[in-house]
Amino acid sequence: MAKSPETEHPLKAFGWASRDTSGFFSPFKFSRRATGEHDVQFKVLYCGVCHSDLHMAKNEWGFSQYPLVPGHEIVGEVTEVGSKVEKFKVGDKVGVGCLVGSCRQCDQCTNDLENYCDKQILTYSAPYTDGTITYGGYSNLMVADEHFVIRWPENLPLDIGAPLLCAGITTYSPLRYYGLDKPGLNVGIVGLGGLGHVAVKFAKAFGTKVTVISTSINKKKEAIEQLGADSFLVSRDPEEMKAAAGTLDGIIDTVSASHPLLPLISLLKPHGKIVVVGAPEKPLELPVFPIIIGRKVIGGSAIGGIKETQEMIDFAAKHNILPDVEIIPIDYINTAMDRLLKSDVKYRFVIDIAKSLKPE
Amino acid sequence: MAGTENSQKSFGWAATDTSGLLFPFHFSRRENGSDDVTIKILYCGVCHSDLHSVKNEWGFTNYPIVPGHEIVGLVTKTGSDVKTFKVGDRVGVGVIVGSCKTCDICQQDLENYCPKVIFTYNSKDQDGTKTYGGYSDIIVVDQRFVLRIPDNLSSGACAPLLCAGITVYSPMKYYGMTEPGKHLGVAGLGGLGHVAVKFGKAFGLKVTVISTSPKKESEAINRLGADSFLVSSDPAQLKAAMGTMDFIIDTIAAVHPLAPLLGLLKMNGKLVTVGLPDKPLELPIFPLVLGRKLVGGSDIGGMKETQEMLDFCGKHNIIADIEMIRIDYINTAFERLAKSDVRYRFVIDVANTLASN
Repeated sequence: MAKSPETEHPLKAFGWASRDTSGFFSPFKFSRRATGEHDVQFKVLYCGVCHSDLHMAKNEWGFSQYPLVPGHEIVGEVTEVGSKVEKFKVGDKVGVGCLVGSCRQCDQCTNDLENYCDKQILTYSAPYTDGTITYGGYSNLMVADEHFVIRWPENLPLDIGAPLLCAGITTYSPLRYYGLDKPGLNVGIVGLGGLGHVAVKFAKAFGTKVTVISTSINKKKEAIEQLGADSFLVSRDPEEMKAAAGTLDGIIDTVSASHPLLPLISLLKPHGKIVVVGAPEKPLELPVFPIIIGRKVIGGSAIGGIKETQEMIDFAAKHNILPDVEIIPIDYINTAMDRLLKSDVKYRFVIDIAKSLKPE
Repeated sequence: MAGTENSQKSFGWAATDTSGLLFPFHFSRRENGSDDVTIKILYCGVCHSDLHSVKNEWGFTNYPIVPGHEIVGLVTKTGSDVKTFKVGDRVGVGVIVGSCKTCDICQQDLENYCPKVIFTYNSKDQDGTKTYGGYSDIIVVDQRFVLRIPDNLSSGACAPLLCAGITVYSPMKYYGMTEPGKHLGVAGLGGLGHVAVKFGKAFGLKVTVISTSPKKESEAINRLGADSFLVSSDPAQLKAAMGTMDFIIDTIAAVHPLAPLLGLLKMNGKLVTVGLPDKPLELPIFPLVLGRKLVGGSDIGGMKETQEMLDFCGKHNIIADIEMIRIDYINTAFERLAKSDVRYRFVIDVANTLASN
């Protein structure tokens, strides 16, 4: 007999879920598995609101499983550990990001690239190894395999730091992989939202010179004065774009809406790279001549492996890299999603789960 | 026509309009300067770029145009500052004959990416005159842009290496396609593609040819040494090969879909495009992001690397597969080239068939 979300596991849990493509959230009772020998159980303190949560809540990517409890920027405190767990103990502060499982044996997994494993298991709305569907961090309690749990450094704030678990690794990983982390390089960041603003902070911490590229002049003051960007380009201004042609070693493109690549390609020096981390649904136009004549590269990147995520969190703690957040109670989530849709947030909402999520 | 600076008479075949038809053409070359080498041309390869150029398909042809940038010949004169070549040496000239030589890019031996690069034909030379290419009897070139041909390679079959060879060798090195055991896909089996297969095997890679024509399979495997062959218009074959290739060299010059090629790549795989379609391609983003894949370009190579490539060919006995033709066959050759009807490069026997009237 099919079990309900409330009864499929032994531990009672509650959260807020979206139940259909309207993406509207409401309280939801479900359950978590018992702590297995490799599992870490923790009470959720904070959870960041990622734009992916909004896409998934509305089934915009076509694979959402309802009821859907999103949230993959989760920070909490350990309440129980399995008998074979070595890295964590009760009371530890921990984080969980976008993944809670992978095959652990393929080439990707053995190279600490679980995020590129064919059998990766997403933190929410994905089939787990026990056949149940995963529920994310808009909830009071999580149980996760120790391998996918991140140690939270003592000096890193739990609330403000939460978005690093997705936005942070999503921008840190490509800056490293594509070699855009060398002091003195000129790096462009396209789009100044959740991903973009953290990308600016990491790029500055790597010693690069950062140019923010945005459609809107309104963000200029903040980009330069608050985020520390060195310069700002309005992509819709042909004069500014022309003056900056051939000046950038690399660009991190965080924009998920469809947009032209050619103006960005023109900003690159020869041998320059554009890394796309936003994911427009439709193909973009690739003008071939400029990438051949200049030996330029367009690549992608998706989050990062667990080892690198830990490295990124430790790096952020060491260099005091913190996202800019707006803390909200769980019952604000529907309004928050409306505002997120209009990019009306500087630059990530974080749900104060511990204080605001109460069972009915 | 320029005055006394161009004082060596020259004769070749040129196109004068967008029909792209070539006819005999008299012109002149500069006097041999202190850094120059004058070369009697023996052979010249017929590159697909020559065809695009004579028809002005890229929009920047300046008629009359004498194409040809896969040149092999013999040195007949050397300037007073030329120490590395002597009269009688067998040499090659490729796609470029000049650059600024002083910028950062040139100093890194990447003359091909210099903003002031001068192409072997249809370009403005340092003295303001137009450059004319290898479908002609002689050429005068700055020694920095002249290459030594390894003794064991036959001149005619070596000529295509000067463009086709370096065009695939350079990205294979730059994008790390030289690790033995890795799997390389070569999309398109023409002038560029067939050389890429040979280099791939010489690097110890497993090579799969990706082509729309099943007819090329036997040749790809039995003659060129490819390990396997994939008909890209067959969805079942494509599906079976998904996620199996570390790299793909895409030599296809026409507009074509990238999505199936990206699907063939493993995670972190790289697709390098060296063909030059005249319109943009469609680039699906999801596969790049979810698989950390990349699409990159590459454009011939610098002089140092071109010499390195030739020496590599000498060591591994790599030459192009050619069909030797007379100069007066060139218009027919272009028609056949447009239909990919050549295995795999035409080479003009200049010395024996180009006669001044």
